Amino acid sequence: MIPAAFEYTRASSLQDALGILASDEGAKVIAGGQSLLPLMKLRLAQPARLVDIGRLAELRGVRRLDDGRLSVGALTTYAELADSPAVRYGVVADALPGIGDVQVRNRGTVGGAVAHADPASDLPAALLALDAEVVVQSAAGSRTVPVDGFFQGAFTTALARDEILAAVILPAPRADAGSAYASLEQRASGYPIAGVAAVVVLGAGGLIEWAGVGVTGVSDHPYRAREVEAALVGTTGSPEAVAAAAALVVGDREVNADIHAGREYRAAMAVVHARRAIGAALARVR
Amino acid sequence: MAELHVALEVNGEHREVDVEPRTLLVTMLREDLELTGTHVGCDTSQCGACTVHVDGRAVKSCTVLAAQADGTSVTTIEGLGQVGSLHPIQQAFWDKHGLQCGFCTPGMIMAAADLVARNPDPSEAEIRHAIAGNICRCTGYHNIVAAVREAAAVMRGAAASA
Ligand SMILES: Cc1cc2nc3c(=O)[nH]c(=O)nc-3n(C[C@H](O)[C@H](O)[C@H](O)COP(=O)(O)OP(=O)(O)OC[C@H]3O[C@@H](n4cnc5c(N)ncnc54)[C@H](O)[C@@H]3O)c2cc1C
Ligand code: FES
Ligand code: FES
Repeated sequence: MIPAAFEYTRASSLQDALGILASDEGAKVIAGGQSLLPLMKLRLAQPARLVDIGRLAELRGVRRLDDGRLSVGALTTYAELADSPAVRYGVVADALPGIGDVQVRNRGTVGGAVAHADPASDLPAALLALDAEVVVQSAAGSRTVPVDGFFQGAFTTALARDEILAAVILPAPRADAGSAYASLEQRASGYPIAGVAAVVVLGAGGLIEWAGVGVTGVSDHPYRAREVEAALVGTTGSPEAVAAAAALVVGDREVNADIHAGREYRAAMAVVHARRAIGAALARVR
Repeated sequence: MAELHVALEVNGEHREVDVEPRTLLVTMLREDLELTGTHVGCDTSQCGACTVHVDGRAVKSCTVLAAQADGTSVTTIEGLGQVGSLHPIQQAFWDKHGLQCGFCTPGMIMAAADLVARNPDPSEAEIRHAIAGNICRCTGYHNIVAAVREAAAVMRGAAASA
């Protein structure tokens, strides 16, 4: 399968790429190409111009900021992320090996995963649970927004057409926090049917002081399950408390259904994996 | 569409090709450079038959543009070993019966080579994880895993005695 014809420009700098996006309505960014090229081969996407940002060193790599937060450049591949301090977050370390396969992890990028906003992508759930932020760049300047709210629908984000996702910012790791990711994978593709990422912070007396829960595969976009978080805070994280909180993971959201999992089954699996992820996160910090 | 000039290293040789922007790396390798050892199984990023190394990392060449490989170093199955001087992984696939029809084999071997380069002593589970992106319709994987283990052992031995 051959994509429809397009013009190709390799950006020489981030500013160059942003300039092309600003001046050419038909231009689309390509990073690793692991989502975009399959869509173009199926002709579900037919951009008139590809702007290749794949070589921009300024968008690559994981840096520790002065305040301990981690800045993950958009072009960091999954394989590079797995070799970085980001795997100190259990939730990232758990999610990475299950994403696609070696070849996909060697080319697929963090920025591509977030910008593409596949309703069933793993990393966004982890980023939601960590309460991460994304740095978005346009010709006009840069803005930093929470990941929560960034995903707006299937393949739809808060990115404007002429913006580029430059980096994802992870909070500083802390000793009183534990995190984990648990998912039911579709056997052939590895995409999550239901995936839940959990972060818990323990406070005085071993009570849960803060919780972040990110959910993917379940509805039209990855979301933060605030109901579950609220139900966990202030509890000891006993099995009963975890089960009661996990039961709220779907709420009244419209649940996806396909040949791999109907609504009822997917919702049930979301609850099971919420319980597992929260339990594993607690076990890591206790 | 204006043609793009792509200059890259393929199996250690400098090559230059003019391609349409939409040309996939696998198409350029097979049709322009006549390196037909790299196979196309699914053409939908699923099967791994088209696996080659770009700058030392295994990728699915049906899911990379030739233009994206400009300036890189690409290794295909032809660059790994030759008839008469097979690479230890090729030899082990032969010795351990790691192939039947052979269609998946070039990609399987390139995926295995990526693994062994990073992990000289992979466990069975690690091998199975590393070839999760490569589909074989014939062997049931058992002998492929055995072949990769054998090759890794041979390569460790060679490294130890070097
Ligand atoms: C066989 C296979 C299996 C997979 N399995 C999984 C899985 O199990 N779980 C999972 O989560 N994912 C899976 N994926 C998807 C994979 O994670 C994504 O394809 C990859 O991370 C996307 O990154 P990329 O750099 O390749 O993006 P590209 O394909 O280059 O781009 C994707 C989209 O994002 C846009 N974009 C990319 N980078 C930026 C940026 N910096 N700023 C703005 N827009 C940008 C592009 O314009 C395009 O619209 C799989 C993919 C394949 C091919
Ligand atoms: S032909 Fe490339 S993955 Fe199947
Ligand atoms: S040997 Fe036939 S597909 Fe693997």
